[in-house]
Amino acid sequence: MAKYMLIMRSTDETSKMYEGVPFEEILETMGRYNDDLINAGVLLAAEGLDQGPGVVVDYEVEPPVVTDGPYGETKELFGGFWILSVASQEEAVEWAKRAPLAGPGSKVEIRRVAEIDEFPQDNEWIKRERAWREAHGQL
Amino acid sequence: MNDPESVRRTVEAVWRIDSARMVGALARYTGDFALAEDVAQEALAEALVSWPRDGVPATPAGWLLAVARRRAIDSFRRNNTRDEKYAQLARDATAGVPAGAPDDLLDPDRVGDDRLALLFIACHPVLSKESQIALTLRVVAGLGSDQIARAFLVPVPTIQARITRAKKTLSAAGVRYGLPSAAERDERVSSVLNVIYLIFTEGANASIGDDLLAADLAIEAIRLANVMAHLDPDRPETYGLLALCELTAARFPARIGPDGEPVLLAEQDRRRWDRSAIRRGMAALAKAESFGQGLGPYGLQAAIAACHAAARSVEETDWDRIVILYEALGRIAPSPIVELNRAVAMSMAYGPQQALPIVDDLVARDVLRGSQLLPSVRGELLIRVGRRDEARQELELAARLTANSRERGVFERKIERLADDQ
Repeated sequence: MAKYMLIMRSTDETSKMYEGVPFEEILETMGRYNDDLINAGVLLAAEGLDQGPGVVVDYEVEPPVVTDGPYGETKELFGGFWILSVASQEEAVEWAKRAPLAGPGSKVEIRRVAEIDEFPQDNEWIKRERAWREAHGQL
Repeated sequence: MNDPESVRRTVEAVWRIDSARMVGALARYTGDFALAEDVAQEALAEALVSWPRDGVPATPAGWLLAVARRRAIDSFRRNNTRDEKYAQLARDATAGVPAGAPDDLLDPDRVGDDRLALLFIACHPVLSKESQIALTLRVVAGLGSDQIARAFLVPVPTIQARITRAKKTLSAAGVRYGLPSAAERDERVSSVLNVIYLIFTEGANASIGDDLLAADLAIEAIRLANVMAHLDPDRPETYGLLALCELTAARFPARIGPDGEPVLLAEQDRRRWDRSAIRRGMAALAKAESFGQGLGPYGLQAAIAACHAAARSVEETDWDRIVILYEALGRIAPSPIVELNRAVAMSMAYGPQQALPIVDDLVARDVLRGSQLLPSVRGELLIRVGRRDEARQELELAARLTANSRERGVFERKIERLADDQ
């Protein structure tokens, strides 16, 4: 079993498409999908991000520049994520295909979550991270 | 583009995600669980041949269901059955009238009920335990026969034969597909929980041998317990079982030493226990307790595991509470093993003198014969009360009885130490 993160991405165009859809309906379709994930026993975590304005810290210059955003037609917004415990990348892909998402610019990126066991275990900082994960149930 | 290995994993993934809803839909469509499972398997076999060649279809589940449905209709025709329902289906198919388009079969509102119905049919009391286990893993967990066979270290045909026999037994017993009523589920739930527990213990015991596939069985069992808790939520013992599995699995990272040797609870490095599994286990146990009906056998064992999980060391463990929990467990599910564990807890809480009578009683009743457990515990208690000769005899017996060479080494070292101290 491995952990995969399904990252929801969308653009302003996608958001526009959902403007007329009643919130109740969005809650229901997303709720059904989450229910499927729970029933299959694969869902580890999921969060959605507030769609209000955020800020961006840009490190290209020194000191970093803080701006409102990201905004604009071409900018992709990171809308939320699921973390699944599945047997393979293919299984993560199959789950992603079933997500109730649609429309222009709407995407899900799938990335494997690196496990702490993959880092050098004798490194002092990895040991500290492991201790924190153990104490907080994040392993 | 159609990398065969990747396509095979895709087929496996689709099957894992959708097999329960497909078999459920087909069983509703045909009214025949065994046939539904057969044709679903045939569709899967066809996918393994044609997807690597033609590519993965746009809607894999729909594709599988359409193929399976066609196979079901072929089977009706072949059997030329006089059953009116079958005859009707066959006529519909001949006339080109879709008797329920495949996609209509996948009714999202039925998915949960279908999965639960399959769990109950796979664990049906007319089936043997090993058939129940194989069928549950295949139709509810969506594992292939080869995966189940690898996990149980038996040949693939053995698993296939078990599943075939199970389906025949269900047909012969006239078991109809459908979700049993709440009252029927009350009667049969213990069988379902028992199957999940057996799958878990198989995974828990086998993974000692560093067999990752077998260890995955423990994860499958936890998934099944979660499914059961989510779909049939008003049963305290389901949460008790879930808690027991989580709290036991939490110790997995610590129970195998660097050389692959099993590490006993008392010697485990507790920092390696999986804290998130403990947290989930504690939450499930609290849920089981919240029903206010008292804990069942799984819940009580979970409560004992929770005492260990909460303790930073053997010394800091609440042994008084463990004694009480074992007494309660002994009342509702009496067994020599429970008595023996109660004796160990008694010795930790109140000393070896208090524990010995329980163990002596087990010896007098001549139970647990052929197992090293009783002589090893009695030997340890006798050492602590200073009855060295008797202790040595018990440890020698334990060393003879154990099949595990590492454990034998532990007993032999204790015997040597007894001789050195004299």
